[in-house]
Order: sequence, then C-alpha cells, then structure tokens
Amino acid sequence: MRTFFTLLILFAAAISLQLSVISRIQLLSGNADLVFVILAAVSLQERARSMLWWSIGLGWLMGNISATPWYIFVGAYLLGTAIARLLARRVWQAPLLALLSVTLVGVFLLHGLTFVYRVLFETALSFTEVFSQVILPSLLLNLLIAIVLYPLLRDLIERLYPLEV
Amino acid sequence: MKINSPRSLQRIVISLVVIGLIALALGGYFQPVNTLFQRLTVDIQTWFSNRYLALVDFLTVPRDVVSLRQRNAELEAEVAQLQTEVITLQQKVADVEILSALLEFARANPQYSYTGATVIGRDPSPFYRYVIVDVGSNNGILPGMPVVTNRGLVGRVDAVIAEAARVQLITDSASAVNVRLQASNTEAMLLGSVTGDLSLDMIPQDATVQPGDIILTSGLGGVYPPNLLVGQVVSVRKLEYELFQQASVQPNVDFSRLQFVLIITDFKPVDIAPLIPTPGP
Repeated sequence: MRTFFTLLILFAAAISLQLSVISRIQLLSGNADLVFVILAAVSLQERARSMLWWSIGLGWLMGNISATPWYIFVGAYLLGTAIARLLARRVWQAPLLALLSVTLVGVFLLHGLTFVYRVLFETALSFTEVFSQVILPSLLLNLLIAIVLYPLLRDLIERLYPLEV
Repeated sequence: MKINSPRSLQRIVISLVVIGLIALALGGYFQPVNTLFQRLTVDIQTWFSNRYLALVDFLTVPRDVVSLRQRNAELEAEVAQLQTEVITLQQKVADVEILSALLEFARANPQYSYTGATVIGRDPSPFYRYVIVDVGSNNGILPGMPVVTNRGLVGRVDAVIAEAARVQLITDSASAVNVRLQASNTEAMLLGSVTGDLSLDMIPQDATVQPGDIILTSGLGGVYPPNLLVGQVVSVRKLEYELFQQASVQPNVDFSRLQFVLIITDFKPVDIAPLIPTPGP
C-alpha cells in the first residue's frame, strides 16, 4: 500500500510538472515526456509489480489531458512498459543503459503512433520535418532527463522495493 | 631672628626668585615656555589616550565581530526577503499590466462578452499546440468559443470539463483560419504547422500582398468572429505556375509566453459541415 501511494504521489507530481514546466521547455519543436521516463525507470525494477496497470492508467490520463487520442498514449506506454519489464530480466547489470534503451524505444513508439494518427485522420505532415523538428529533439530531451533522473529514481526505487535478503 | 644666618638667606633668595618668577609670568614673559609645555602635555596625553583606546578596541573587538556577524546575517536575510518581495511585486505588476491590457481590449470591443482565463498548462505532446486554461463548463465555456488576448487571436476552445478547458492554438498544424488581408481586402487561409510557424495559403495570384500587411479574421466559415487581429505578413512567395500565392506570417500574439486569455462567450460558432456536399453513391 505504501508503494502504491508513493507511486501515486510521484506520478501526480510528474504529470503536474509535465503540463506546467516540461511542456514549455522546448528544443526546436520537441519536448520531453517526464511521465514516461519515470514509468520506464520504475518498470525496469525487477521487483516492481502492476506496472502494466500503471502504464494503462497513466496513458489514459495523459491521453485525456492531451489532444492526442487516449489509446495512442495507452498503446505507447503499455508497449514501452512491456519492453522495460522484458529488459529488467535480461539487462539488469546495466540499469542506466536499459533506461536509455526503453526511453529511446518509448519516444519512437509514442511519436511514431501520433504522427501516423495525425497524418491519417487530421492533417498532412512532412515526415522529414517532424523527424528533425519534433522526434529527434524530443528523443534528446528525454534521454537527458533520463540521465538526470536516474540517480534520484534509483534511490527512490530502492526504498520502494528493498532487496529481500 | 638672625638675618645673616645661612638658612634665612636661603629663604629670602627663594622668595625673591619665586616673586620674580611670578612677576615675570604675570608680565607675560613665560608665554613661549608655557605654550611649549602645553603642547608637550597635550601630545603626551594624546599618545596615551590613543594607545589606551587601541588597547580597549583590541580587547573588545572579538565580541563586536560576533555581534556584527549576527547583524550582518540578519541584514542579509532581510535583503533576501526584500528581493523576493521585489520579484513577487514585479511579477504582480507584469500580471496587472497584462490584465489591464485585456480589460482595455474588452472595453474597446464591447460587442462581445468575455471570460478571463489563466493558462495553466500545455499539451504534453509536442505534435499538438494546445493550452489548458482554468475555466470550464462551470463558467459557461463551450467548445468552439474563440479565444483572444489584447494582441489578437489565440485559438478556440476544443474540449471542456467542469473546471478547465483545452484550447487549440492557431499555430497547431490542424488549425485553419479564414482571414482577410486588410490592405488589399483579400481572403486567404491561415494555416498552422508542427513547428508552430504560421503561413498564409489560398491567396489569389492577382492579389497584391506585401510584407507588413495586417491580417484579420474574415469571419467566413463561422468559426471565428470577423476583424480579430491575427498578425502580419513577413514574406510572400509567388510562383507563376502555382494556383495561389503563399506567405509566411508573424503572429501578433507571443504564444510562448501566453499567460492570460479572454474567451468570447457570446459567439456561437456555426457548424457548416451539413452544408458541405458529400460524394453521392
């Protein structure tokens, strides 16, 4: 229960920060996704449980706040979390590398799906422009945030999921 | 009494000398000697006094340093607090300036009713140029209502919940606004982009468009009210083999610093979708 409430507070703070601060910090036209980076970091912890449910809940919430359809956020977050869970069992010796890998895949998934949706249902977009102006800058910002947050999140996760000796 | 005794003689001589000295002093003959003596005395006194005060300072300075440091810390804390207050007040002044500008805009355009709103967030996805404002259906906000600032058109309300609303900016890549070039009275279409840049399309080839031309909403389509300021033309692209001219636009609103907006609440957008013919079977 303590873990649940801690994660609830953590993600609520992350969403608030994302909307008010992180979304305003832009590199070209890209910005970071703090919620996904934290979700990926927690999901990479082997002892973490129910992270797929968390990804669905957070994806649904972010999708409702954003103009992006909710199922795109849910799909991208779910796939990203699933990859993180998979990596947690295989690349556990290099957690930072795993976090960067999941962040990279997650950004491509989320932005790729959003791009396809916008092109199919909303407006014509140039892929090269989107790739150079949105996806790559967003990827860089997400990786930077992952590197900065990694030590902080590692300490928090170790407290949430202590090693059983 | 024996006058010629050695002791009596000594007394007489001393008395004469003293009387003589007094007489000389009264006559002012000792003035230079007196001045020299006084100066010497004052100098000596000054020297001793300075040394004494220096010694007192030396003995009491450590206690003063402690109190001075404490006082310094207090003053530094006070300065920090005052600086915080100054920054807060400057922020409030900036807010008041924006709000009074919005109020002036509302007074200058009394044909509409407005609801003020604060921008509290931005869309988390970089593909969408949307902002979230702190008024919703509880304040009478409905989807489709136009959003402006004192500098011009911002966008329109896209979705509403009880206490908040999501506003699509005119810079969004799916945004299209019917506009009019004020100088040539030419209709055109203002389009957003994924980078947030604005461009004009559908400008007839025979229209005269020049950098600096003012762009206003035309009111066509019924989505936005007419004559709202949008921006001005920065550059024009005219190619002979294309059907229309195009132009890049500098918006009048600074979308990166959007803090307060006005929502026009009595404008009813017209849904012309049923009037658009659909291909028959």
